[in-house]
Amino acid sequence: MADTAAPPAPTPAIRLRDIVKSFGPVQANRGAELEVARGEIHALVGENGAGKSTLMRVLAGMYAPNAGTMEVEGRDVTGWTTSDAIAAGVGMVHQHFMLVPTLTVAENVMLGSELTRGPVLDRAAAEQAVADLSRRTGLVVPPRALVRELSVGQAQRVEILKTLYRGAKILVLDEPTAVLSPPEVQELWTVLRALRDQGGTIVLITHKLDEVIDVSETITVMRAGRTVARMTTAGTTPQAIARAMVGRDVALALDAEYTGVSPAQELGAVQALLEVRNLDVVGVGGVPVVRQASFSIAPGEILGIAGVEGNGQTELVEAIAGLRAATGTIALGGRDLGPLDVRRRGDAGLSHIPEDRHERALVLDYTVAENLILGQQHRFTQGAALDQARILEHARGLISRYDIRPPEPAIAARTLSGGNQQKIVVAREMSRDFKVLLAAQPTRGVDVGAIEFIHARLREARDQGKAVLLVSADLAEVLALSDRVAVMYGGRIVAMLPRSEATPDALGPYMTGAERAA
Amino acid sequence: MSTTDPTMVQVGGDTPTPAATSASSDRSSRRAAIEEAVLPPLVALLLAVVVGDILIITFGQSPGAVYRLLLEGTWGNAYGFGQVLYKATTLVFTGLAVGLGLRAGLFNIGAESQLAAGGFCAALVGLLLPAGIPALLCLPIYLLAAAIGGGAVGAVPGVLKARFGAHEVIVTIMLNFIVLALLNYLTSAKLHVPDTLHTAEIKSGALPRVSDVAAAFQGSAANATILLAVLAAFVFGWFLFRTRRGFELRAVGLQPHAAEYAGVHVGSVTWRALAMSGAIAGIGGLNYVLGYKHYYEEGFATGAGFLGIAVALVGRSHPIGICLAALLFATLSQGGLAVNALVPKQMVDVLQAVVILAVATSVPEVRRLLRGARRSGAPGSTAR
Amino acid sequence: MIALAFLAQTLRIAIPYLLAASGGVMSERAGLIGLTLEGYMLGGAFCAVAATYATGSALVGVVAAVVGGGALALLYAVGAIRFRADQVVVGIAINLLAIGLTRFFLRLFFDSSSNSPRVPGFTVEGSGTGFGALAQNPLVWIGIAMIPASAWLLYRTPFGLRVRAVGEHPAAAASVGVPVARVRYLAAMASGMLAALGGAYLALDQHQFTDGMTAGRGFIALAATIFGRWDPVRAGLACLLFAAAETLQIQLQGSQAIPSQFVEMIPYVLTIVALAGVVGRAVAPAALGKTTVE
Repeated sequence: MADTAAPPAPTPAIRLRDIVKSFGPVQANRGAELEVARGEIHALVGENGAGKSTLMRVLAGMYAPNAGTMEVEGRDVTGWTTSDAIAAGVGMVHQHFMLVPTLTVAENVMLGSELTRGPVLDRAAAEQAVADLSRRTGLVVPPRALVRELSVGQAQRVEILKTLYRGAKILVLDEPTAVLSPPEVQELWTVLRALRDQGGTIVLITHKLDEVIDVSETITVMRAGRTVARMTTAGTTPQAIARAMVGRDVALALDAEYTGVSPAQELGAVQALLEVRNLDVVGVGGVPVVRQASFSIAPGEILGIAGVEGNGQTELVEAIAGLRAATGTIALGGRDLGPLDVRRRGDAGLSHIPEDRHERALVLDYTVAENLILGQQHRFTQGAALDQARILEHARGLISRYDIRPPEPAIAARTLSGGNQQKIVVAREMSRDFKVLLAAQPTRGVDVGAIEFIHARLREARDQGKAVLLVSADLAEVLALSDRVAVMYGGRIVAMLPRSEATPDALGPYMTGAERAA
Repeated sequence: MSTTDPTMVQVGGDTPTPAATSASSDRSSRRAAIEEAVLPPLVALLLAVVVGDILIITFGQSPGAVYRLLLEGTWGNAYGFGQVLYKATTLVFTGLAVGLGLRAGLFNIGAESQLAAGGFCAALVGLLLPAGIPALLCLPIYLLAAAIGGGAVGAVPGVLKARFGAHEVIVTIMLNFIVLALLNYLTSAKLHVPDTLHTAEIKSGALPRVSDVAAAFQGSAANATILLAVLAAFVFGWFLFRTRRGFELRAVGLQPHAAEYAGVHVGSVTWRALAMSGAIAGIGGLNYVLGYKHYYEEGFATGAGFLGIAVALVGRSHPIGICLAALLFATLSQGGLAVNALVPKQMVDVLQAVVILAVATSVPEVRRLLRGARRSGAPGSTAR
Repeated sequence: MIALAFLAQTLRIAIPYLLAASGGVMSERAGLIGLTLEGYMLGGAFCAVAATYATGSALVGVVAAVVGGGALALLYAVGAIRFRADQVVVGIAINLLAIGLTRFFLRLFFDSSSNSPRVPGFTVEGSGTGFGALAQNPLVWIGIAMIPASAWLLYRTPFGLRVRAVGEHPAAAASVGVPVARVRYLAAMASGMLAALGGAYLALDQHQFTDGMTAGRGFIALAATIFGRWDPVRAGLACLLFAAAETLQIQLQGSQAIPSQFVEMIPYVLTIVALAGVVGRAVAPAALGKTTVE
């Protein structure tokens, strides 16, 4: 690699070598490396599932590595425990906050390293400590507030304070901006830079390139459990990082030309198959997660929704499917879906590939044949009973047509590989009588062969005159398949571009919230 | 197990999960399932024997003699066997009741009061029915009354769970006390025969005893409700594994989010499952009211609910397993009486607790050990 | 005078509830369902009587009760934590085990299937039910003290902070080095010992053990725990409320104004009402009943 940085100074703050970590049969890390110099902000980047979080949890002592060596400040710490890591000044801010919502800020901060006066907790001292840290770092939070009453941004400040309270000199942040608004992100950068200037070492896990460029000094790129590149931020470009992140296979997909010829060229002339108007969805705690979303999809059109995950895409799709309460109107071929439940929406012509394969799309302990009728079980009955013969016949047909392996209708879906599990879902949803297909992260976690297969099926649906709503965190996928591209940010649709104008450069500012149109 | 670890899901892209490749893996996964089902009860029985030995020796008796007596007094003669069948009949009903709940992911601790309510409603109907109606004509009415009695008690926690998210374990426990107190009030204040704790006898619809056809069973309470229990187990299996509603109910128990996605209303399955569970337990009340004493009596259901949990657990909520487990626990109960001359019959209470404890703790452990062994053993087998 | 007698009777009935409910709060706050309080109480009652009978000292009886309750709780915790078994199932088994063992040893020691011989307690038999007699019984004082004591432990000490964290978000507690399993073991043992003290009080107050003598009192304590929304002080008030209802029932007996069965139902009905959230929803500790990987 041309842009490999010079090796850092003699004793780096962190040096991880050949880390292997597996969970059962799954290898999350397979020879990962990381070297971070003292007093720098280091970005650890890679796609979802590249093994970044696992590697950092190994560093934080949450997992013991199966192989490899770990050094912190020159000391061999291979396989240490959480408490060892905390004592040595390694602190981790998790993507899913490790805060107890029913405790106060001060209680959360001191938990595990409690301040006492005799046998009693010294609340005043803990609150003072929080206030002092707040003053020093600019991370202001009310020490007596219950954590469940805090905003997400405040909760994250508590997480950082927790690590600093324990004397962290090395701070690991796992996707810290996923939950923050743009101004909050800027505040976080200010804090991190200040910590670095005070001699702290920071590792930032992220998959957002603009952040990497913004704040880091050096970069380590991981792919499929391995470290594939190490570079200095000053000496690289977003394109180079992206190339390293996705590797050649998916990079090809990035370059793949959009081949669709949309039959829906004159959008105004054709009646939309799916029409969504002023859709609002409210999430946990009354927070709006989808705001005033409006769009329509014509027959023979794929509308791709791009955007950083967690900007309301999941909620949008689930609201259309009837899995989530929403206000606004959703119409399928002119028919109002509002009063219909999940099953009736399916009967009305809605097909849905959910993003969560293991929780939603499959009952893992059910057989392949049973999973192939999930959601349509009421169509395979004979009186009260299920028509086993027809279910088996249905399964045999789909197994061979969609090449599901092994071709055994009677084994549990759990025993199939991720790609074949997803083929069950795709086969089921594409084989029903549908007009509109919701495809959420349809190729997540499946192998390259299956990705191509699934893409071909989506194009096929479009060519048959169906309307397809594609949601994907993979911009390359959105660009390769869509006739139009929308971007969601903060629950809103902030951009709607025809495919010809949708380039990564054009979409980027919308995805990061820097710009909003629509 | 760290199966909930998010990293595992994400790393799925590398598809390292060994895919089963042939029909032989189908067979081996079935064998593994059977091993998982059979090993824990075996471990449990072994442990129960060990604890039993200790207790017997503590009491200064010889384990061999006690176990021999236990078997002779239960399976060794018609009377004892009849009593085992009688006790097993009630346990099949409460076991199926708890099992149905478990299949839907719900823990019904209320089988005892549901059983009592079913028996009470049946007796109430029996007091109203005139004498001289043939049993076969009365039976549907009794079945309906018992099912409604038990089902109503089961529906309450179901509705509270579906509507308010109130935890069914706590609600069913609390409801046990409430319902039993209510039935106690109704019986003692309104319906009891003076100086007893039971109602008057029903006039029609008593079911024949086994001893009516086989004289050797003379004195045992075994009666035609056995056939109802077998029928109930059959219907239970058919409903769960063959019908659409059963398909949906099991999906709710396994993965509520997937069930919701499949168009199932999780809330209505929840309350219906608990109502059905209560109805099954309620029908079990007929064993006592129609088959044995022909009246409702305070406390006839005592303990049958908790043992039903044991039966469902050991029988893995499968109809055949539940029938076998009901026989096991009935044998222990009756066996206690048989050995009372040598050791206190209370010994079997301890053994029943040991069996539950051992099964509860060994089910996850056995699964872990078996899967661990398979994983490190033949690659490409059915490790997940 | 009548009011004073009423208060004394209420307190007398409330003591075992106070002890068991403070144990219930401790256990449930740490994430372990308090189904087993009934079994701990019964075991404690028997151990207290057996040891008092053997030694003639009620104090030794109390110590034996604490040991017995702690042992049952340890068994529960090992099943639920080490073996990751379902808490409800293990809890039921523990209760059945307590019933079985007390019956077996009742036969073994006292050759009876119903009750033990009479034993001395802290008070002389027949010394009445007034405050004077209550004041002589150290368990009464312990019972009263246990409510503020467990509130202090839970809210003021590092151990209590850890208990609250472990029952609410064990992964968060583990991530800052709190030994989750150890905290749960300790909380379980404390709850077993406290509930057993309640059982010991019952048995020594009645000067004998009778089969199944706790008669659901452990579940009333569990009801008080939930109705008190897992807070020691509120749970203590719930215990007093439930005990006052029982006292009222005893005093009304014979008057036929309200059937006693309806008074018996009060704790359970109130608990269900609280769970259903009709007046201010009772929200359980988030990790209650969940099996966690240590």
